[in-house]
Amino acid sequence: MLEKDVDLSVEIAGLRIRNPTMLASGILGISYEVFKRVYEAGAGAIVSKSISVEPMEGYKNPTVVSVECGYINAVGLSNPGVDAFVKEIANNDSVPIIVNLVGSTEDEFVSMVKKFDNLNILAYELNLSCPHVAKVGLEVGDDHELVSRIVRSMKSNTKKPVIVKVGLGASDIVETARVSRDAGADAITAINTIRAMTIDIETGMPVLSNRIGGLSGKAIKPVAVRCVYEISKNVGLPVIGCGGVYSWEDAVEFMLAGASAVQMGSVIGEKWFDAFKNVTKGLGSYLAKRGMKSASELVGLAHKY
Amino acid sequence: MVRVEEVIDESPTVRTLIFNDTLCANAKPGQFTMVWMPRIDEIPMSVMIAEKDGNAALTIRKHGPTSTALYNTEVNSFLGVRGPYGNSFDAKKGSILLVGGGTGLVPLMRLSKLLVKKKSNITFIMGSRSKDEVIFEKFAKKILREGKGKIIVTTEDGSYGVNGLATDAAAKAIEKNDFDMIYTCGPERMMKKVIETAVNNGIPSQASLERLMKCGIGICCSCCIGRYLVCKDGPVINGEEVLKLSEFGLYARDKSGRIADMW
Repeated sequence: MLEKDVDLSVEIAGLRIRNPTMLASGILGISYEVFKRVYEAGAGAIVSKSISVEPMEGYKNPTVVSVECGYINAVGLSNPGVDAFVKEIANNDSVPIIVNLVGSTEDEFVSMVKKFDNLNILAYELNLSCPHVAKVGLEVGDDHELVSRIVRSMKSNTKKPVIVKVGLGASDIVETARVSRDAGADAITAINTIRAMTIDIETGMPVLSNRIGGLSGKAIKPVAVRCVYEISKNVGLPVIGCGGVYSWEDAVEFMLAGASAVQMGSVIGEKWFDAFKNVTKGLGSYLAKRGMKSASELVGLAHKY
Repeated sequence: MVRVEEVIDESPTVRTLIFNDTLCANAKPGQFTMVWMPRIDEIPMSVMIAEKDGNAALTIRKHGPTSTALYNTEVNSFLGVRGPYGNSFDAKKGSILLVGGGTGLVPLMRLSKLLVKKKSNITFIMGSRSKDEVIFEKFAKKILREGKGKIIVTTEDGSYGVNGLATDAAAKAIEKNDFDMIYTCGPERMMKKVIETAVNNGIPSQASLERLMKCGIGICCSCCIGRYLVCKDGPVINGEEVLKLSEFGLYARDKSGRIADMW
């Protein structure tokens, strides 16, 4: 099979995207002009930063620190708020944008959906897994009754797919995915960053201003692969894998574990916009060598062993 | 972490902190470092040259709480520096105009040293508000002494050097000379005028931009202007591209990412 005959497009929750790579939420996610650039660079879809009802300034610097195996960040969900972000993407004509939302109550989520729903966007991703801001993210994700209420009210206020981004909190990640499914979620993104910290030994002080942040990058990949595997095997929803995807090999591994697509974040710090083409190119030749016509044939192949 | 070895008073509001760091000492002109003041803040700073090999420096004007904290750094205190990051001025051989204002002179100082090595003929316009605030004049003279060039210091109140704005001195210099390249760094409206004059006269130019920065490595988007990220695509951007940026000289994104009136 020739590489050019391989179909890299994949379907998730009824959406067809041109290839399985996505820009992960939190990375480069506030400027429409930058979204266009990421799309031109080859991403299949772009997930925005987490958008909240009111603008959030985030934490003081340092908000991102590089460690030997990835990054730890506590940006603090800085975002321009729903109204400014609606304006930012109001004239979107070509970019497949998934809007990531963050909030504490179902009312907050619904009020934002009402403002976004007429725009040219693909889907919503709910951040129920940010590990470093109080009362949102993981604190919501761990409260399964609240998860259920939020997903249900989202579903009754939009026809667009609702994706729930889950992480490693106090509750079982597979159970959070299951609760999301039962409430009507269309897909799961797994995983978010994992609570972590780093301390400077010269001064004895925590580096991040928030002291604790979320670990991303190579360090969390095996954990993320396990979560994708367990969720896709046991929950029966499409899964988007996220956590340490740096190369096409990583993408293949996530897809074998059951991911229909992968999100990329930390790798941008190293490979910049080339990250997407690096993955799609390698994936194409991997599939061609194995005589596989479509990227979607890979999804969940490891489940049978 | 680096240890501050020396503190120089440049003016009543500007200080230079000298430290030893090979990476920063070898920074290219325009590159910046993320400077961490433990438990206070972390900010991007253009890397200043130091007289001694192997040393680098930071030049800071105190205005807000963070810059004042850095300004008050004492000898033997420790600062975190990561980087240098970003691109750099493309140093050309030929007849060169440098236009800098205030601490925007920092990357131009490093550039002037490189231009002297390339045997360029330099006209260096150093803008400041008043005599008290003139910085780097002696140091620049020392650098230019090894090559060809002249320094024009301008003060807005006429208390020293040429009376007026750096942009007016730049316009005059451009009228009188045939420059091959113009480099500028300083207040954004100053740079805008300089670049407009350059573009109108068909002279290639580069400007070094500044935006609020968080990660410094191209992942957070805090520093974006138009389609560019100042930390990765910049801080140095070609003049003609700069003029296409509708935010330039008018707006910048705030901490939340909203586009706000900044000047």
